[in-house]
Amino acid sequence: MALSLYRGIVGPTIMDRLVGVNAIGSKTVALLLLIGLIYQRLDMFVDIALAYAMLNFIAVIAAARYFHKRRELGKEISLELPKD
Amino acid sequence: MTVLIVVLLIAGLLFFVGGTVGILRFPDFYTRQHAAGKMDSLGLMLVTLALALGSLHSYSLEEIFTAIKIMLIMLFIFLASPTATHAIVDAGLRAGLRPWTKEQREE
Repeated sequence: MALSLYRGIVGPTIMDRLVGVNAIGSKTVALLLLIGLIYQRLDMFVDIALAYAMLNFIAVIAAARYFHKRRELGKEISLELPKD
Repeated sequence: MTVLIVVLLIAGLLFFVGGTVGILRFPDFYTRQHAAGKMDSLGLMLVTLALALGSLHSYSLEEIFTAIKIMLIMLFIFLASPTATHAIVDAGLRAGLRPWTKEQREE
């Protein structure tokens, strides 16, 4: 968890931060499920973990959609990309 | 049964650790996302599988529903994680991030 947070903070480009945040999000889902198992209230925690997994997914998609519009990221790419 | 659960959990955590190390060690964004995506989907699936079995103590109807719900999480992760990885890499590619190549090692 802390390691992917490190990647989230240090990551040279914006995309690396996205990778870090995505990793943390999926780890939190697993953590939620484990906590549910420990407290013997798994049915409550399963819903929370499911909601969190969906939110993480939507957030990552939204961030990816937003960041691919900006051009000054890293070195210019040589291969031709279909202009969306 | 509990031995199976523990083995699955340890395997899941192993993938998590491997993926995290991969995120830190790899030199380039694309390789990191490769490791992260693999870790997310497989690690989570193993953990959810283990917990689904773990919650099945008394085979009462309510336990079975919880296990099915955990299976739903596993299915959702199975669908969502690769798509998210694809979206990130596609965004990175369009944003002009050059993939790391061998001759860039001296940088």
